[in-house]
Amino acid sequence: MLRIHCPFCGERDHSEFTYGGDASVDYPALSAPVEAWIDAVYVRNNPKGAHCERWQHSDGCRLWLIVERDTLTHEITRVAPARAAVAALLK
Amino acid sequence: MSGYSALALLKHAFTGQPWPRAWRDPAPKEAYDVIIVGGGGHGLATAYYLAKEFGIRDVAVLEKGYIGSGNVGRNTTIVRSNYMLPGATEFYDFSLQLWNTLSHELNFNVMFSPRGQVLLLHSPDALDSAARRGNIMRRHSIAAKLLDRAAMQDLVPHLDYRPSARFPIWGGLMQPTAGTARHDAVLWGYARAASELGVDIIQNCEVTGFMREDGRVTGVETSRGLIKAGKVGIAVAGHTSRLGEMAGLRLPVESHLLQAFVSEPLKPLLDYVIGFGGHGHFYISQSDKGGMVFGGDLDMYNSYAQRGNLPVVRDVAALAVSLMPCLGRVRLLRHWAGVMDMTMDGSHIISKTPVDGLYLNGGWCYGGFKATPASGWCFAHLIARNEPDPLSVPFSLDRFARGAVIDEAGSGPTPKLH
Repeated sequence: MLRIHCPFCGERDHSEFTYGGDASVDYPALSAPVEAWIDAVYVRNNPKGAHCERWQHSDGCRLWLIVERDTLTHEITRVAPARAAVAALLK
Repeated sequence: MSGYSALALLKHAFTGQPWPRAWRDPAPKEAYDVIIVGGGGHGLATAYYLAKEFGIRDVAVLEKGYIGSGNVGRNTTIVRSNYMLPGATEFYDFSLQLWNTLSHELNFNVMFSPRGQVLLLHSPDALDSAARRGNIMRRHSIAAKLLDRAAMQDLVPHLDYRPSARFPIWGGLMQPTAGTARHDAVLWGYARAASELGVDIIQNCEVTGFMREDGRVTGVETSRGLIKAGKVGIAVAGHTSRLGEMAGLRLPVESHLLQAFVSEPLKPLLDYVIGFGGHGHFYISQSDKGGMVFGGDLDMYNSYAQRGNLPVVRDVAALAVSLMPCLGRVRLLRHWAGVMDMTMDGSHIISKTPVDGLYLNGGWCYGGFKATPASGWCFAHLIARNEPDPLSVPFSLDRFARGAVIDEAGSGPTPKLH
């Protein structure tokens, strides 16, 4: 079991969370060229090692989080709310 | 190297001579016409068909560890072709045709057992939907049979038919020509047959980079030195993104864990392969040794760890006893995980790449084992002729940019859901 330290609820099993994929993907402006959209929708770096990813605490406070996790060792090095405003509130 | 036959078996029984090794263990040459990166089922099948069907025998298969240490030995051995979307149906049917004669083709018993696969149906709507799938299969000359509850009870009596069943059985969709094969034997068979045709299988040889000239790939850098090549094919599903990165390619792939399980051996209990989807994900068959071989969903997060996590063990065990309550006290013998290439549409990639001389085979998601023969054939065709076989045209890398995705599950560009 991965243990994710939710900034609001504390440390919980990862089975309480829903995985939301690569958080390094920035969606382009609606007016951006189609290549930028193809890249954002379909292409991933898929690193073996440090990976910045989205998780939602769906069985808890329902916050979306940014988690830095190693895809080989599964070690979690950083957890933060995805929205800066929420991060500021929790400080 | 002598052929395997009843006569050879008798001769060895009486003379007591050890069997010769099944494939050669050569040192890498300086250069080859074609290098295949990845000594798994698909890589070795590609090398075999390159030599056998396309007349290219100066081929090396480079394997990072030992051959068969990856996903070809980590799957649940199911072979079927009950796909629905154009492209997938034809491709997997071709694969099934190759499976039917594979043991003779390779002179190696791959223990292909077309015992039939039944997809469980748990509602009237599921029956309607399965009738449509069955009709699509039959239009492609793939046998399919819709079974009602009484027929299911007759064929698979150990499912839960009680009124209290968590998943009430309304029927099933049977593909009578589907089944299982011995996964290791498939690999060994291709390795032995390819080696006999002159293919060099080089183990403990990790590719660390590509040599390039004027943009064209001219060879590979490996842990055993530089090896030149006219053409290079990548068949390393699980690690496709890593090899792609070495060549400067970014790909529509995420690596995920898929676990598989085998129980202690039981007396014959389950005659068919059973599939269950929609309300969860579960598939089970009984091996020739008697073990119940089964699996479920991905671990649902990116990983290269080859190490499964416990929530999936719980979910799969819960589904096992929900569907077959008689398994409740059966003990698990082993469970393990493999690293899957999960693509953005749940379909594989057999394609040229933007790099000249570099070809890609990967993105097999849950479905690589059953595809092994057709994958090897189509990839060999692509490498030999520099043109895709008609069966692999739909599976090109550029289909994502063209909006021509082949999304059998209909779950969109979310790899974990395919």
